[in-house]
Amino acid sequence: MTRLRNAIISALVLLLGRARRRRPRREETRIVPPQPGHLAAELAVLALLGLSSSCAIAFILVYALGDSIPNETQFLGAALGLALLCLATALILVGLKLVPSEEVAEEYPPHEHPHEQQLIAEVIDESGTRFTRSRFFKLGLLGAGGTLGLAILAPAVSFGPLFRVGDFLQTPWRRGRRLVDETGKPYKASDISEKNFYLAFPEGTSDEEKEQMAASLVVIRLPQKELRLPSHLKGYDANGILAYSRICTHAGCAITLYRAPLFQPDEPRPALVCPCHYSTFDPATGGTVTFGPAGRDLPLLPVYKDSKGYLRAKGNFDGPVGPSWWGVRLWKAQP
Amino acid sequence: MTRRGVRWVDQRTASAPLLRKALRYLFPDHWSFLLGEVALYAFVVLVATGIYLTFFFVDSTKEVVFRGDYYPPLYGQKMSEAYASVVHLSLAVRAGLLLRQTHHWAANIFIAAIVLHLFRIFFTGAYRKPRELTYWLGVTMLTLALLEAYLGYSLVDDLMSGMGLVIGYSVGLAIPFVGQNLMNWLFDGMFPGSPKLWPRMYIAHVLIFPILIGLLLGAHLLLVAMRHHTQFRRTKAQTEHTIVGVPAFPGQAPRSLGLMVGTTGILFLLGGLVQINPIWLWGPYHTYSSTNGAQPDWYLGWLIGALRLVPGFDLTIAGYTLVPNPFWGGAAFPLVVFGFLYLWPWLERKFTGDEAFHNLLDGPRDAPARTGIGVGVVSWVVLVFFAGSSDRVFVTFGLSYTGQIWAYRILVWVLPALFGLVAWWICKELQASERVVRVRHEAEAEARLARMRRSSEPPRDPSTLES
Ligand code: FES
Repeated sequence: MTRLRNAIISALVLLLGRARRRRPRREETRIVPPQPGHLAAELAVLALLGLSSSCAIAFILVYALGDSIPNETQFLGAALGLALLCLATALILVGLKLVPSEEVAEEYPPHEHPHEQQLIAEVIDESGTRFTRSRFFKLGLLGAGGTLGLAILAPAVSFGPLFRVGDFLQTPWRRGRRLVDETGKPYKASDISEKNFYLAFPEGTSDEEKEQMAASLVVIRLPQKELRLPSHLKGYDANGILAYSRICTHAGCAITLYRAPLFQPDEPRPALVCPCHYSTFDPATGGTVTFGPAGRDLPLLPVYKDSKGYLRAKGNFDGPVGPSWWGVRLWKAQP
Repeated sequence: MTRRGVRWVDQRTASAPLLRKALRYLFPDHWSFLLGEVALYAFVVLVATGIYLTFFFVDSTKEVVFRGDYYPPLYGQKMSEAYASVVHLSLAVRAGLLLRQTHHWAANIFIAAIVLHLFRIFFTGAYRKPRELTYWLGVTMLTLALLEAYLGYSLVDDLMSGMGLVIGYSVGLAIPFVGQNLMNWLFDGMFPGSPKLWPRMYIAHVLIFPILIGLLLGAHLLLVAMRHHTQFRRTKAQTEHTIVGVPAFPGQAPRSLGLMVGTTGILFLLGGLVQINPIWLWGPYHTYSSTNGAQPDWYLGWLIGALRLVPGFDLTIAGYTLVPNPFWGGAAFPLVVFGFLYLWPWLERKFTGDEAFHNLLDGPRDAPARTGIGVGVVSWVVLVFFAGSSDRVFVTFGLSYTGQIWAYRILVWVLPALFGLVAWWICKELQASERVVRVRHEAEAEARLARMRRSSEPPRDPSTLES
C-alpha cells in the first residue's frame, strides 16, 4: 500500500517538475501569450487518455472473444465509442483549458487585387498578338475541343440499348399457357377463392424470367354479378376469376395488398392496393384507378378455364405492363 | 527538437511561410460553425468504414441459395449474391455488423449535418458575395450525397432497397422525352436490368461519387480558407474588414480534433447500440414482392411524400402520354427545391440590388424577407415529408389515410405561406423592439452624460459654450 502511495507521489513530482522545467526562457518575445499552469485539467486529461486506452483494449478483448459473449456488436460499439469519446473529451479539455485560446484580430484579405488582375490580363492579351485571325482560331479551338469531347464520350453509348421499346412490350404470356404458383404447381380455377389473392407466373419460366415485370400476376375471384368490365375487356375473366399484372403502373412496386370488403362501410368494393404510394385499383371495372397517384389502369390478362379445370392465358395483357414512360399509351403488349 | 523538425520540413518543401499562416488562421468562435465540420468528419468515417465493407460485399445479382446456418429464417431461400454477402457480413463476420451499422449511421449524420449547415448558411446570409461559389459547391455536394446514399441503400438488394430502386427507376423512366432511353441505357435494359447493373452501381457508389464529393469538398474548404470565415458581430472590433477568432494553432486544433474524434465515437456508439436497417429481417427482393409500411431513410422521405401526394394522372395529349405521374413528385419537386437553392443568391441580389462584399453575418431577423421565404420553403418540404408518413399515422392513430392525403394536398400550399408570413412578421417585430431598446439606451446614455457634465463642471460662461 505504502509502496503504491510512494509511486503515485513520485509520479506526481515527476510531472510537476517537468512542467516547471519546460517553461520557455524568452518571455518578452512570445507569439503565444503565457498562461498559468492548470494541474487539475492536466491530470484529468491524463486520466481520460488512460480510460481511452483501456476501452480500446476492451474492444480488442471483446473482438478476440467473439461469439462466445452475447451481444457482441453492442459491446464492440460501446468499447470503441467510449474509447473515442474519452479521447475527444481529453482533446477538447486541452483546447479549452491547457492551450491559450485567446481571440486574435486580423485583417480580412483584400476584396480584390486590381494590379495583379491587370497584369494577368496583359500577359494573356499580349501573348496572342501574333494571331491575325484570332476569331477563327478561337472557333477552331472550340470546335476541336467539342468534337474531341464527343468522341471521348461516344463509347458510353454502348452502356445500354437505345431507342428500343420492344423489351417494354414483350411478355412471356401466350394463348394456352398455364398459370402456376411460386413452386410451379398449376392453378385450377377451383383453387381461386373469393376474399383471397394469389401470386401466379407463366408455366415453365426460370427464376430469372420470373423477375421480368410482365411475368407475375395477381389473381383474384369476384362474384360474377359484381363485375363491371368495360366492353373492350368483356370475356377477359374466367367465371369471375381475374388475372391482373402484379406490377403497379405508378412506380413499379408489386401489388401485395388486396382489400376484400369485409365490414368497412367506407370501402364498399374490393380493391387491389400498392403498398408503395397506395395506388388503389378497382378489379371489378378492369383495374381503373380509384385513389392514389397511378395514372394508368392496371393491365388485365385474359384467362380461361380448360377442360381439366386449369387456368390458362387466353391472349395478352390489354396494355403495357409496369411503370409508364413517355408515349406508353401508343403501344400494346405483344406476345 | 521542434525547431529541427520544422527545419527538415521547410528545407524539403519550402512551406514554412504557408505553414506559419495556416497555424495562425483564425476561426470565429460560434457553435453553429461546427456543423460543417461534423459533416466533414462523418464523411471521413463513411470512407473508412466503407473501405472495410468493400472487402466483404459481392456486387452481383446472380441468384444463389442461402446456406448460412447462422440465420435459419432465410435458410434455403433464393437471393442475389449481393444480399447474401451483406447478410453474411452482418451476422457471421466479427465486428461486421458494427462496421455496417456505423456506416449507415454515418450516412444519416452526414446528410443531417449538411442540411443543418445549409440552414445556418442560408438564414445568416453567409452565401452572399464573395462566397457564392463556396455555397454552390456545398449545394452540389448535398445533391451528390443524397444520390450516393440512395445508391448505397439500393446496393444491399434486400426487399426495401429493391422497392426503392424500382421507384427510382420509374421516376427516371417518367422524365419526358428522354426517360425511357435514359433508363434503358443506365440499367442496360428494362428493370430489373442486366447483370451489368450491380457492378455499375457499385463502382458509382465506392469510386465515382466519393471521389467527386472529395474533390468538391477540397475546393469548398480551399475557398473558405482563401476568403476566410464569415463572422457574427459580437464585439466592436468585428467589422467588415477585421476578423476576430481563435488561431488554428494552438487554440482551435485540439477542439476540432476533439470534435472529429467525438463525432467518430458517437457514430460507433450508435452503430453498436442502436440497430439500423436490419436487412436480414426484410428478406430478399423480387420484382413480384413488396411489403406494407416500408419507410425509406429519412433523407428520402420528402420524395416519398411527394410521390404519394400527387393526384393520380399522367399528363396525356389525345391519348399520348407526355409526362407520367412519378415525374412530378420524384423529379419535378426536388428540381424545384434545388433550383431554388442554386438560384437564391442571384435572386436575392436581383431584388435587393446588394452588390457589396459581406464578411459579417446577418441575424435571421436582420433580413425578414429572406427569413420568411426560407421558412416557407423549409416548411413546404417538411410538410411533404410528413405526408410521406401518413400511412404510419393511419396505423398508429387510425386517422383515415385518404382523408390525410386530401388534407395534405391543401395544407402543403397554405401552411408554408402562412409560416413564411409569420416568420417575416416576427422578424419585423424583433427589429422594431430592438430599435426601441437602442433608442432608449442612447437617450439614457445621453442623459447620464448630461447629468455628469452638470454635476462635475462648474457653470460656464454662455459665450465660451457657443464657440
Ligand atoms: S408504385 Fe404503386 S403506388 Fe407508387
